[in-house]
Amino acid sequence: MKLVSLSPCTPVSLRACSPVSLPACRLVSIKTMSIHKLSLCDLQEKFTAGEVTAAEIVRAYFLRIGQVETKIKAFVTQAKESASAQAEALDQKLKGWRKTKPLTGMPLAIKDNVCTEGVPTTCSSRMLQNFVPPYDATVVAKLRAQEYILLGKTNLDEFAMGSSTENSAFGPSRNPWNLHCVPGGSSGGSAAAVAADECVAALGSDTGGSIRQPAAFCGVVGLKPTYGRVSRYGLVAFASSLDQIGPITKDVSDAAFLLGAIAGHDPMDSTSADLPVPDYMKVLKKMDLKKLKVGVPMEFFAEGLDQEVEQAVRAAIEELKNLGGEIKEIQLPRTDAAVAVYYVVATAEASSNLARFDGVKFGLRAKETKDLLDLYMKTRQEGFGPEVKRRIMLGTYALSAGYYDAYYGKAQAVRTLICQDFEAAFKDVDLIVTPVTPTPAFKLGEKSEDPLQMYLSDIFTISVNLAGLPAIALPCGFSKAGLPIGLQLIGRAFEEETMLRAAHAYEQSTQWHLKRAMVR
Amino acid sequence: MQVSKQDVEKVAKLARLEVTAAEKEAFAKQLSQILTHVEKLNQYDTKGIEPTSTVMGRVNVFREDVVRPSLPTDKALANAPEREADGFCVPKIIE
Repeated sequence: MKLVSLSPCTPVSLRACSPVSLPACRLVSIKTMSIHKLSLCDLQEKFTAGEVTAAEIVRAYFLRIGQVETKIKAFVTQAKESASAQAEALDQKLKGWRKTKPLTGMPLAIKDNVCTEGVPTTCSSRMLQNFVPPYDATVVAKLRAQEYILLGKTNLDEFAMGSSTENSAFGPSRNPWNLHCVPGGSSGGSAAAVAADECVAALGSDTGGSIRQPAAFCGVVGLKPTYGRVSRYGLVAFASSLDQIGPITKDVSDAAFLLGAIAGHDPMDSTSADLPVPDYMKVLKKMDLKKLKVGVPMEFFAEGLDQEVEQAVRAAIEELKNLGGEIKEIQLPRTDAAVAVYYVVATAEASSNLARFDGVKFGLRAKETKDLLDLYMKTRQEGFGPEVKRRIMLGTYALSAGYYDAYYGKAQAVRTLICQDFEAAFKDVDLIVTPVTPTPAFKLGEKSEDPLQMYLSDIFTISVNLAGLPAIALPCGFSKAGLPIGLQLIGRAFEEETMLRAAHAYEQSTQWHLKRAMVR
Repeated sequence: MQVSKQDVEKVAKLARLEVTAAEKEAFAKQLSQILTHVEKLNQYDTKGIEPTSTVMGRVNVFREDVVRPSLPTDKALANAPEREADGFCVPKIIE
């Protein structure tokens, strides 16, 4: 299946005629008008070539944000002033001697649970509404060292707990393809910002699908690295054995580029892997997938999978075959258990991690409390929203005396079985291909009253986190209603290259990524 | 698993969460529903299976015991809801 008609908003022409670039002598206004449509790699090329200045880039993006943000609501905080100042300073510095770093002048958005020194980091919670981190997360420090520009902090489900951004204390973000639909979650703000061209790329975090699901819902690329590939230092912890930070981008090359910029060992995170970081851009050059064994787990094509999603994913599998992949049916028999395991393990870890929000050292403190216990209880009552409380309750229950073995112990043991399923599968195949979500984006309010239904919609992404594997979500079609459909490729631990290479080859042969949302 | 309102009260206290009457009711219902789903795990035989707490398989990570730069006191205290001199202020604990 090939994409026949492209959206009339013509972001395509810019990409399609690359590397032929816009004449530098054009009017600035025309230039700034189209900057926001470029991919990260293309923008970087133009900036390095001196065709655009950092100030022009920042101006173009805030112009775009001004046009669509009231509809999308992707940002919790916009950093217009600091971004403009940073851009001016960069342009001054580069005058005469144009020596740039890979991300110099590149305008990124960062999920609001990643600490940025001096810029509020709220986790979309009342608890941290006024929290200004005194330090940068390691990923932010890495981006800063490469002279990136922070456009703002993006909305999420409170403390990354949710699949729609409806759990944000500051209101939900919207899906740029249909404003009545959710952008997915929890990194919904980041995905929506990328899809609506409000930033060139963004960072999200993924504990059970929080990068891949919103990327799929918004028709962009989302990559969850192998557990340990990227430092978690400065990421506000939700479930420490599952959390990973990763890129959300307009195409696969951008994801490879940004992953390379944030990956690597960090002495500040003892769970980060002390392994060399490969050149992810280099692996993209090989376009055929000859001899690549691609596994299709039958359990992922079972009851409950939307027909349009199934068709699109099956067509994608056919395309991978055309590219030279050897398709093989595989089994992941414990897939059915993933949601149950996850909602015990993740909530148990969350109940422990969120104990730090006690109104003493930072964050909200309830007023007029009679003693320390009362201060804890009231602060947490006022600061946390319903979903966060529900998960703290669930996790505390699962860890409490008398229930620990039956719930937490059992879930950890079944987690081992899920890991074993993947180990067995990866003896036969190099890559696993699945849908990202059972359905395209759902409507706002559709699932918010039923937590279990919301949890069950994470079925295809969760097992990847439990096994610590890398996975990428990328567009593979659209529903009749015009909503994007996502394809998930899962790789072996620390083999992001294989996954990226296959994703890139598929993307280039289908061109779904060139179709962009018309925000209206 | 049926979770009662009393169970919710007990767990809420352990979690240091004050819950309203409406929340007690909602949580009892929702936790019962979710835990019933979780009980599906009993169909998997896990006898002799080691639990997975981390996929890294690490036991511990050590470093040399040397002084490294850390947050200066003022920065560490900058977000304190209430502070006095170089400390965090909390309600009186011992009478």
